[in-house]
Amino acid sequence: MEILSKPFGRITIDERQILEFPNGLMGFEGLKKYALMDSDQPPFYWLQSLDIPDVAFVLISPYVFRPDYVLDIPGEDADALEFEAQEDLLTFAICTIPENPKEMTANLQGPLVINRKKRLGIQSISLDSKWQVKHGILKEMDGGE
Amino acid sequence: MLILARKKNESIKIGDNITVSVVEIKGDQVKLGIDAPDSVKIFRNEVYDAIQKENKNAAQTPGSLKGLGDFFPPQK
Repeated sequence: MEILSKPFGRITIDERQILEFPNGLMGFEGLKKYALMDSDQPPFYWLQSLDIPDVAFVLISPYVFRPDYVLDIPGEDADALEFEAQEDLLTFAICTIPENPKEMTANLQGPLVINRKKRLGIQSISLDSKWQVKHGILKEMDGGE
Repeated sequence: MLILARKKNESIKIGDNITVSVVEIKGDQVKLGIDAPDSVKIFRNEVYDAIQKENKNAAQTPGSLKGLGDFFPPQK
């Protein structure tokens, strides 16, 4: 199907890229349908709102820069994902890319967790307080903390 | 919003499975005890506020990620 996207304008996506977020994202609760898309700059992805073309989030897998990241989320959020096996889940962090892109940060405190079989997603909250909303991606990739 | 006044050691029951108790009152700080099933999520409101705020910042990211991939080693 054809959609309007923030990064690419009008593009064609496959139905299998469409995800349902029953509770939306925090601050964007009314937007529940998104498309998960590759970006032209791996390892980043885009989460594109299908309701408002201007709303799109850059995502990165936490393990790219924090291989020590462990997903630890509340039971009721895990239940909401209705997953049968751990492998069904994908974890992403939403990135903020400021004026100076080298200072890009990722939110590891509020990860996006997606059940790729059911195409269901949530934004959860990490139970481990060491994960914050702003982690310097490049700094931490180099082992800085 | 339902507002109830409680003294130290008094408690409130929410639904069938959640109890909130006033454990201690020290100056302007109230220490609350929450008894709830493990699966129920309980967070300080500031955490929600911080995530919401960061989501809104993140939504400002421009549509072009030009050159951003160069900072990363080739992905498997």
